[in-house]
Amino acid sequence: MKPRFTPVADFAILVTFSDEINDEVHAAIVAFDQAIAQCSSAASPSGIIEVVPALVNVMVTFDPVVTDHARLEAALRKLLNNTAQHQQNPYKRTVQVCYDESFAFDMDAVAKACKLTHEAVVNAHLAGNYKVLMYGFVPGYAYMGGVGKSIQVPRKTAAVRDIPAGSVIIAGGQCLITTLKMPTGWSVIGRSPTQVLLDDPDRPFLFDVGDEVTFERIDLSTYEALSGSKTNG
Amino acid sequence: MGDARLAVQFAGALVTLQDSGRVGHLRYGVAASGPMDRVAFAAANAALGNPSGTTAVEVSLGGLILECKSGAVTVAVAGGDFTIEHAGSKTSGWMVLTLTQGERLSIRVGTSGSWAYLAFAGDVVANKWLGHTATHSTSGFGGGAVVTDQQLIVERAEVREEREGQIEQPGFLPHNGRMRVVMGPQDNWFRAEAITAFNNNRYSLTDSYDRMGVRLQGAHLPLDSALSIPSEPIVRGSVQVSGEGVPTVLLADHQTTGGYPKIATVISADTNVLVQLRSRDEIEFEAITPVAAIDIARRFSQDLSDYLAQVSVPRGNLQQRLMQENLISGVVNSIEEF
Repeated sequence: MKPRFTPVADFAILVTFSDEINDEVHAAIVAFDQAIAQCSSAASPSGIIEVVPALVNVMVTFDPVVTDHARLEAALRKLLNNTAQHQQNPYKRTVQVCYDESFAFDMDAVAKACKLTHEAVVNAHLAGNYKVLMYGFVPGYAYMGGVGKSIQVPRKTAAVRDIPAGSVIIAGGQCLITTLKMPTGWSVIGRSPTQVLLDDPDRPFLFDVGDEVTFERIDLSTYEALSGSKTNG
Repeated sequence: MGDARLAVQFAGALVTLQDSGRVGHLRYGVAASGPMDRVAFAAANAALGNPSGTTAVEVSLGGLILECKSGAVTVAVAGGDFTIEHAGSKTSGWMVLTLTQGERLSIRVGTSGSWAYLAFAGDVVANKWLGHTATHSTSGFGGGAVVTDQQLIVERAEVREEREGQIEQPGFLPHNGRMRVVMGPQDNWFRAEAITAFNNNRYSLTDSYDRMGVRLQGAHLPLDSALSIPSEPIVRGSVQVSGEGVPTVLLADHQTTGGYPKIATVISADTNVLVQLRSRDEIEFEAITPVAAIDIARRFSQDLSDYLAQVSVPRGNLQQRLMQENLISGVVNSIEEF
């Protein structure tokens, strides 16, 4: 895989591994991200401010007073050659989901579109192998890949307003747990008491990119008991 | 010293508390937020002798009216060209003044500019999120919106008479309506005529303008094909083009990823100029090389720190000011002779 380096304004480089999403590409992105993070401070390329792993690329922002595109690209290329040593086993997390109809606004529509019963949609969702591919859009939106083909539905043509925080939403092969009351064009199939935004300065967000996630079904009374107290997967 | 209590008699939409921004969580979907115009924000704090990044109020076109209920505090207003009314007198923006009990301060839209900063000689009480008071407008996290009937409390409020008076405005920002951009990172998704159109046409800002970004109006930018690119990271200054070929410049509270291609990215210095424009104001994009962009960033950084150093010198009373000017011109002369 030969990544492409693209300069962005006066303060970033976009390192693109592929134009299409696949497991191999994402594994390379996670390894590259970890290689940058684990660099000893002496070996770390100077001037880096933020590293943002995404679906097919990694954005690296930098201080233009300290470094420039060409110097940082050279340093990052060197790191790329060593990423193999940095592969880590992914962390496994469990996230609880209540599929009660009072939360699953789009269960009917998804079931109809997929020609499945509600129960079959739930089981298909529980059967997926999910991986956190990136955070995006707004704080704490962790985009997970792994939604099974049988329940893949496209985004709605128009977004629906005021979908509550904690909603479990799907579109195409992706799934996420919302953290804010926001509009979304994705299908709402449940609600999770699991908090993604943690009130912990040392670990403010639940997931790391690359984490593997399993969903666990809970009933409404368990949801209500848990949503009173914060739970982390 | 003590607290100053400021009653918010009126606050327009999009008036928020901001510090310098929470850099470092972009990978978790968190834009840095912070001031739309970083230069004006820094100037307001510098003019008071505050540590850089001290929490200030970002005033929108909607304006802000405060009444000092108790205590006294010196404040600075900088950014755009707003109209200030204080204790019966009317001045233009870029001013340090002292607000005492019973006095009103009104900051209203003036002849130009979209954002002004009200900084305090003291610490305004504000919620923090991830260590910063910067308000992320989409979520409301951080210090939050300043709203009518709220009270702002400034702790350790000080009166700094020696800082009162006009704040010199920055002279190093471009004012020709040309926004310098580095093309890409997804310019290869556009037809050649779109790149030409982008670089040779004027665009005007529309009313779809908030802290997340501003939609532009102008030549249509056709994409190479009906495409859906994987969602990619976005930065402040990204010029994202929707499926209909309409560009939007993403700003302080930008979404952190998006599936629309980014034709170009405005350089960091020029976003400070762009945000002060208003709807229907026109801009042109000027493509520069990444190397030129770095040169500009370094010059900008130096110009900004020189400017802030100058603004942060207390004026003192008249006699002190005269003495200072003599001393400074003396130093300049000796350097020139040397």
